[in-house]
Amino acid sequence: MEDATREPAPDATWDAYARRRELAYQVTSDGTPVFRPRVGAAVAWAISRGRGTVYATTTVRPRGAEPYDLTLVELDEGFRMMSHVVGVAPEDVRIGQRVVLEWEDREGEDAVPVPVFRLDEDAS
Amino acid sequence: MSGAPDLRAAVAIAGAALSDMGSVPVGTTPAGLMAQASRRALAQCGLAPADVDGVFAASTQLPWASVTLAEELGIAPRYGDSTQVGGSSPIAHLNHARAAITAGLCDVALIAYGSTQRLVGRAVASVQEIDRYEAPHRPMLPLAAYALAASRHMHEFGTTPEQLAEVAVSARRWAQAWDGTPAAWATKDLTVEDVLAAPRLCDPLGVKDCCLVTDGGAAVVVVSRERARDLLGTSACEVLVLGVGETQAHRHVSSMPDLVRTTAVDSGAAAFAEARLGPQDVQVAQLYDAFTITPIVFLEDLGFCAKGEGGPFVQSGAIAPGGSLPVNTTGGGLSFQHPGMNGLPLLVEGVRQIREVGRDVSLVHANGGVWSSQCTVVLGSGAAA
Repeated sequence: MEDATREPAPDATWDAYARRRELAYQVTSDGTPVFRPRVGAAVAWAISRGRGTVYATTTVRPRGAEPYDLTLVELDEGFRMMSHVVGVAPEDVRIGQRVVLEWEDREGEDAVPVPVFRLDEDAS
Repeated sequence: MSGAPDLRAAVAIAGAALSDMGSVPVGTTPAGLMAQASRRALAQCGLAPADVDGVFAASTQLPWASVTLAEELGIAPRYGDSTQVGGSSPIAHLNHARAAITAGLCDVALIAYGSTQRLVGRAVASVQEIDRYEAPHRPMLPLAAYALAASRHMHEFGTTPEQLAEVAVSARRWAQAWDGTPAAWATKDLTVEDVLAAPRLCDPLGVKDCCLVTDGGAAVVVVSRERARDLLGTSACEVLVLGVGETQAHRHVSSMPDLVRTTAVDSGAAAFAEARLGPQDVQVAQLYDAFTITPIVFLEDLGFCAKGEGGPFVQSGAIAPGGSLPVNTTGGGLSFQHPGMNGLPLLVEGVRQIREVGRDVSLVHANGGVWSSQCTVVLGSGAAA
């Protein structure tokens, strides 16, 4: 049965935004951004403009498979998330590079698009 | 904290032992290794399992670790604790055991650890929790978390792969000097060039920047200082718990506020304040070396050198045999043994440094998860108390 008083789980709210290709984060009463979504931590949701900076990065080299990038991105709104940078060799991703949000579709009926980043060509 | 009881030197470690380590025979269980180490540690102070009334244990293979160990030992303790905060769990257990003993909740606390990760495989022994915000990006955990921090440390402070490699070389030299039991796992000569030439796993870390994968266990017996004197005699070398600091922060590396500063800053400061000692008083240190970057960060966070100076500090030879601060004096997780969560073998070595090597102040620092939990203990001889 539906319970109208029950708050949706933050992860479900985040997924709903992501399906619309919106990168959502929470905001506390004093304006501090919160990511990952947490229960009871925030008063509102906001949408990121999707621009940020590479905070930390590594090239993962699994045995017998292609190397790939793993990056922590600092969004301009002031929160950080794990992601990966696409469209460039993993070794060429560097701390301090400006990046722009893209969405990567995943297989499966209920699959939620995944936020990834590409290098910002407009950044000097 | 004002009003908190002064627990400096309130408890002592009366027994500390390793189980068989390395590659254990088929059929060996984590609880069996815990029990083996436990019986050895208890025998050192003339006790038997039946004397234990507080059991503290953690293992990635045993969610009910303290309960399983009690059954293995055939005892029904009145106090138990299976706190799981990763590799630092045993130092957290020591903090909890001290609190329990001084509160009268138990008299003889046994802290144990065991792993058969080499025997059963890491994928089975240490199942990673799947995180919905990280998993789509395929982080190779826990390694990737340390590689990300290393990338940041290199960016902010100019730390070099050669300096990282120096940590592995130093560990190897300690392992080569080790003549105790069990034997060190990796004792072949190792150079900085060898470390840099080894296959890369997560840049800037390669195979030789990573801890070993071995089986093994350990145990320590914690009692009040008075009880330890009763058990061991007043002429025996005391190993006193002078100060402990326990912290936990984030569960995921993407939630870690600053990748080059850990809460070892806080656990170290708390342990030193309680011990009324500082980094300059420490004669030997065990600093959890899951990867070559970790001792570098802990040297900084615990105050042995300034933030950002960890790389040059290890490159100077300071932590190697003959250096100013002996670190990981068995060869640590990089060259001696690394049975999954290495906090307790490090603690056993920290105790041995006082009992057998004659040090007066011995520090042990352990890390859990992805820099998630940091716990520090300052051990002292009777002279240091």
